[in-house]
Amino acid sequence: MAYNVVVCVKPVPDPKHYDKVTIDPVKKTITRAGIPTLVNPVDKSAIELALQLREYYGGGVAVVSMAPPNADEILREVLAMGADEAYLLSDRAFGGADTLATSYTLYHGIKKIEAAKGYAFDFVLCGSESADGATAQVSSQLGEWLGYPHLWNVYELEKTPGKDEAFSMKTKMENGYMEWAGRTPLVLGVAREIRKPRFISVMGIMKAKSKPLTVWGRGDLPAAEDTYLGLKGSPTQPGEIFSPDLKRSGELFTGTPEEIVGRVVTVLRANGVVVGG
Amino acid sequence: MSKIWVHAEVVDDKIVNVAFELLSKAHDLAEAMGGGTEVEATLVGSGLEKEAARLAEWGAKTIYLADDPDLRMYSPLTFVPILAELAAKHQPDIYLFGATATGSALGPAVAARLKTGTAAHCVDLRINEEKKLVSLVPSFGGKVIGEILCPGKNPQMASVKPGIFTKKDPIPVPVQIEKLDSSMWKKLDTQGLKPVNVVRRPPQGLPLNEADVVVCGGFGIGTKENWQLVEKLAQYLGGATACTRPAVDEGWSGEYCMVGTSGQSIRPKVYIGFGISGATHHICGMNESGVVINVNRDAEAPIFEVSDVRIVSDVNSILPLLVEAVKPKASW
Repeated sequence: MAYNVVVCVKPVPDPKHYDKVTIDPVKKTITRAGIPTLVNPVDKSAIELALQLREYYGGGVAVVSMAPPNADEILREVLAMGADEAYLLSDRAFGGADTLATSYTLYHGIKKIEAAKGYAFDFVLCGSESADGATAQVSSQLGEWLGYPHLWNVYELEKTPGKDEAFSMKTKMENGYMEWAGRTPLVLGVAREIRKPRFISVMGIMKAKSKPLTVWGRGDLPAAEDTYLGLKGSPTQPGEIFSPDLKRSGELFTGTPEEIVGRVVTVLRANGVVVGG
Repeated sequence: MSKIWVHAEVVDDKIVNVAFELLSKAHDLAEAMGGGTEVEATLVGSGLEKEAARLAEWGAKTIYLADDPDLRMYSPLTFVPILAELAAKHQPDIYLFGATATGSALGPAVAARLKTGTAAHCVDLRINEEKKLVSLVPSFGGKVIGEILCPGKNPQMASVKPGIFTKKDPIPVPVQIEKLDSSMWKKLDTQGLKPVNVVRRPPQGLPLNEADVVVCGGFGIGTKENWQLVEKLAQYLGGATACTRPAVDEGWSGEYCMVGTSGQSIRPKVYIGFGISGATHHICGMNESGVVINVNRDAEAPIFEVSDVRIVSDVNSILPLLVEAVKPKASW
């Protein structure tokens, strides 16, 4: 049996450069000038899982993103990895969305893709969290909008032999894991361990150029209600932002390694640590 | 009457510590809200009546208990509808969850059902002049902290990682358990997904968030052999071992002891770091530590900006010597 998969992806500023993020003291906005945008890293693991499902069982891999219009570059990259088609949900009306409004928009985007295709997706995949906001909330909330069972932090997915729609999964837990038996349709927020993303080949980049990338705006999602869209449809609202001042006036310990270690032991003892006892 | 709810997560038939941390904080929030705001708790699991009484010890006036063998393990198909139905009925003003593996999946799903807002991984919570919840939420790996409000909807929801708030002294109230009728979950269709098993590896040594001393290793540790010295140092000091993402990627350590935005938040009395560069993701999880000591050969490493003691040196010249220096003396 073939499985049809849709993967939700998010363009994020490159996490390697978050030390360059600053706050404009006057406008109280986040400045991230000069930081390149890339596909949220763990979303690539979700795409890899989707591609491998297609390779083993057949089916299609669609990608959907709610983002500004310039996210089409990111989606081309995902198409170059091997996804069949991409959908960009982009409109001012979607902007300023919190996770509830984001998952609502993605839900309507997915329903619209399904209507166009004439089938329902077997798997809806997300990365477990985004590198920038890191709320980790979208996959669970998307599952609720869709009315499908949802799991978060899934790091193993295996087909149950003999049953087309049955899969076993493992989710990460503190000091361990949890095992699950489910059947499609499923919404999974996957951890990076689920699959190692493949590298993009030159051939992939060439092929991506001719793959369909559809942009949908507010008018293309007529079933969506304004009460749940964008900033206005977001129950949470941002307040003040600030950069925490974490600086400590560190003392530099110099000298021979023996001298340094001696001073460290003194600091440990001074703070109530039993040393050599 | 205003109400603040805390969802008490259960692991191995015991309520987890973060529930008591949240109850302690909920009392501070209730005081700030005034008007006799009450703190209540929700609890879902199996055979929990005795455990439920512990929530009353920490001041939960009413404990809503869904107790059934079918609810022993978490499933979104049971826990989410139960808690959402309960909240819709009793209308708490605020509803707090631990940002554990389960709570991180459960909280936002309950919020989605209630069409309300929730703030993730808060580093602090307070009540503003309008008596509304203000959640302080880190983003960009902790580089930015933003306030999140949920002005027009109740419950105003938030999740908080274990170890962010302090479990204060008990403030006992009479035990008042409201047992929920099983019709609430027996009617649910759970065929689509079933929890099969919870597997726990026995924790090695002291739990990271309970240790007074934490020895943390990063990429600069360099080898598996050096990693063993990190573990030895922690053991000799009666502490716990922690790590950063690169140490997990190198296979020296596991994600279970990773500190930072996608790991644990710690606040030991003493933090000793070796070969840690100081990515904002990591700093976000350790900056509440008491004394911070760091060894890194790069004098410009960002970790030094948040250190009380800076040692610019190769890990190899300090770590083995320090291990030897703190080694317990033979007692005979």
